[in-house]
Amino acid sequence: MTVESGAATTAAQITGAQITGAQPAPEMPDQAGEFIQLLTPEGERIDHPDYPLDLSAADIRAMYRDLVLVRRIDTEAISLQRQGELGIWASLLGQEAAQIGSARGLEPTDMVFPTYREHGVAWCRGIDPVRLLELYRGVSHGGWDPEEHKFHLYTIVIGSQTLHATGYAMGIQRDGADEAVIAYFGDGATSQGDVNEAFVFASVFNAPIVFFCQNNQWAISAPLERQSRVPLYQRARGFGFPGVRVDGNDVLACYAVTKKAMQAAREGQGPTLIEAYTYRMGAHTTTDDPTRYRLASELEMWKLRDPIERVRAYLVRTGLAGPDFFAEVDAEAKQVGARVREACRTMPDPPPLAIFDDVYTEPTSILRAEREQYAAYLDSFASEEGEVSSR
Amino acid sequence: MTTLTLSKALNAGLRKALENDPKVLIMGEDVGKLGGVFRVTDGLQKDFGEARVIDTPLAESGIVGTAIGLALRGYRPVCEIQFDGFVYPAADQIISQLAKMRYRSRGHVSLPIVIRIPFGGGIGAVEHHSESPEVIFAHTAGLRVVACADPADAFAMIQQSVSSDDPVIFFEPKRRYWDKGEVDTVAGVTSALPFDQAKTVLDGTDVTLLTYGPTVRTGVESALAARRDGRSIEVLDLRSLSPLDEDTICASVRKTGRCVIAHEAPVYAGLGAEIAARVTERCFYQLEAPVLRVGGFATPYPPSRLEDHYLPDLDRILDAVDRTFGY
Repeated sequence: MTVESGAATTAAQITGAQITGAQPAPEMPDQAGEFIQLLTPEGERIDHPDYPLDLSAADIRAMYRDLVLVRRIDTEAISLQRQGELGIWASLLGQEAAQIGSARGLEPTDMVFPTYREHGVAWCRGIDPVRLLELYRGVSHGGWDPEEHKFHLYTIVIGSQTLHATGYAMGIQRDGADEAVIAYFGDGATSQGDVNEAFVFASVFNAPIVFFCQNNQWAISAPLERQSRVPLYQRARGFGFPGVRVDGNDVLACYAVTKKAMQAAREGQGPTLIEAYTYRMGAHTTTDDPTRYRLASELEMWKLRDPIERVRAYLVRTGLAGPDFFAEVDAEAKQVGARVREACRTMPDPPPLAIFDDVYTEPTSILRAEREQYAAYLDSFASEEGEVSSR
Repeated sequence: MTTLTLSKALNAGLRKALENDPKVLIMGEDVGKLGGVFRVTDGLQKDFGEARVIDTPLAESGIVGTAIGLALRGYRPVCEIQFDGFVYPAADQIISQLAKMRYRSRGHVSLPIVIRIPFGGGIGAVEHHSESPEVIFAHTAGLRVVACADPADAFAMIQQSVSSDDPVIFFEPKRRYWDKGEVDTVAGVTSALPFDQAKTVLDGTDVTLLTYGPTVRTGVESALAARRDGRSIEVLDLRSLSPLDEDTICASVRKTGRCVIAHEAPVYAGLGAEIAARVTERCFYQLEAPVLRVGGFATPYPPSRLEDHYLPDLDRILDAVDRTFGY
C-alpha cells in the first residue's frame, strides 16, 4: 500500500509494511552488466573486456580442488558440532567461490583481514583448518601468527577488522611497500559505523586496500533490504572510490576482479569496494534455524547457481579435466576430512593455568598474584588425591 | 632542569619519543596544524611531517581502529582522544580489540599503542568534557592504565608509555595542564620511576591519602592545611591505575593505620572500591578505621556551575580524614 500525497492517513491505516519499509526480496541481478561474470552457472565461459583471464587449465583445476576441499572441511565441521566436538561453527557453504577466487587473486605479501567465516581464504593462506576448529571448539581464540600467513586473526565483532585493515594499509603507504590489504566483511557489516569509518579513512588517505563484501543476502535473519536501499557496491561512490559487483558464485570472476583491484591498490590508486553477490546456503551458524525467516524456494534457486558445480561443468565440457582428476580430488577431500575429524577429536584442552598467559607482555603484579592463588587452590586438590596437578 | 607546564612537558616527552623511534606516530583530531585543542602536540607536525603526526577524520573508533592496524604493521601510534567523554565511540576498538589482541593471538601480536585522554573536570566546560572514565579501562584486562599528575611525571610517563609493548590508556589531568613544575628534559627516562609504581608525594604518619591525576594537587593542599592543625597526612600519587601498586599502597597504610581515597570519578564502583577491598584484605589488622572514599556522586557529571560541589575538594577530603579518627 502506498500513501497518496494529500490522502488522509490515520495511524490505524499505516500498515506494517510502511513502518518497516519491508520490500520484496531483490531479484538476482541479470547477467548483462549488473555484475561481472566470467563463468555462468551452466559452466560457460564469458569474456569481459575489463577482466581478461590469465589462468591456465592447471590453475583452474587447482581452484576446483580448493573449492571441493574447503566445502569438505566445512561439512566435516558441521558434523563435528552436531557430535558435540565443536561448540559452534559458522558455515561457508555457498560462499566458496567468493573466498577462493578472491584469495587466489592475492599476492603472498598482501595482508588479509577476515571475519569469522573466511575458512576458504584461511585455506588459501596456509592456515591449517585444525586451527580454525580450535577456535570453534573453545580451545583458543585464534592463536595463529598473522604475519606468518599474512592472514589476521578471525574477528568476531562485526566490521571491527575493516579499520585494522585500513590502518595496516596506511602502514604499507608509510613503508613504501608494493603490497595491499584486503578486508573481508558481509552485507550486515555495511551498516556498522566501523565499516563506514574505514571507508572514510581509506578514501581520504588513499590507502592501498580492497574492501571485499560477501553479500550473502542474510545477516542472521535480517535480509539485505534491512541494511540498504541501494546496491552495496554503489555505496563506494559516496565515499569517493570505485565499487564493483561480481558474481560471488563465480570463482573466476572473483579472482579476476580481486586481482585487478589489488593491483590498482598497490599502484597507488586507492581503495575499491567489491560486492561479491552470493548466498549463505547454510544457517548463520550451527545454532541458527533459517527456516524461521526464509523460504526453502530461495535456497533451491541458489542451488542452481552452485559455485562448485559450474567449475566442474566447465572442466568437463572443455575436456580440461577427466574422471581421474575428479576422483583424485574426491579422495583427497575424504583424507582431509578424516584428518580434520581426528585432529579435532583428539585435541586436548589447554592446561588450566594457560588462562593467565599472554594478557600482557609480562604478567602484572595483579595477574601474578591471581595465578599463584589459583595454582595453590588447584594443588590443594592434587595433594589430597595424591596426584600431580595438571598445570 | 627546566620549568614547564604539564602540557609542555607532555609535548617535550612526545617529541623525544618521535626522535628516538621512527616508528612512533601521533594521530588524532586537530593534533597537527592546530597542535591539539590543549596544544599538547604543538609544533610536532611541523617538525616530523604529516606522515608521522596525522590529522585524522573526526571518528574516534576510526582513530583507534586504524592505530591498531598501524601497530600490526610495526608502528607505535599515540592516539589523542580530544576529551574524556568522546572516548566511548572507540569503546569497541579499545575494549574488544586493542585490549584482547595479545590474548587472542596467544602472544603473537603486540599492540604498542598509547591512547591519551584529557580527563576530569574543573574547567567550566559543557557536558562530556569533564568525565573520569578510567575505571572502565582499569576493569578491562589487557590494558595498562596510568594517570600523570605533575610535569616531571608527564614528561617521563608519556615516554615510558610509548616504549611499552602493552597498550596504555594515558590519562592527563586537564585542569592541571597549565600547572608548572621542574622537569629534567636532558635525563633519559631510564632513571625515572617505573610507570607502574605509585609514588609518595608527601610523607606523613597519621593517615594515608591515595589519589591520582588532578586530585593529587588537591590532596597535597589538604595535607598542608591539615599539618597546620597538627595532623600528618601521607599523600600517595597512584600513577598506575591498572595494575595497582599494592605493595606501596599497603606499606603506607600499615604505617599510618588509616586510609582515605580521593578521585573525581563517582565513588560507586570506582577505583576506590577496588583499593578499599584490597587494603582491607591485606592490612586488616593494621587498620584503625574503615577505608573511606571521597569522590564524585552517583550522578552524571553536573552542569559546570555545580561542579565545585561534585569534585572532591580540600574540605571534603579533610572531612573524610577527620571521620577516620572517629572510630
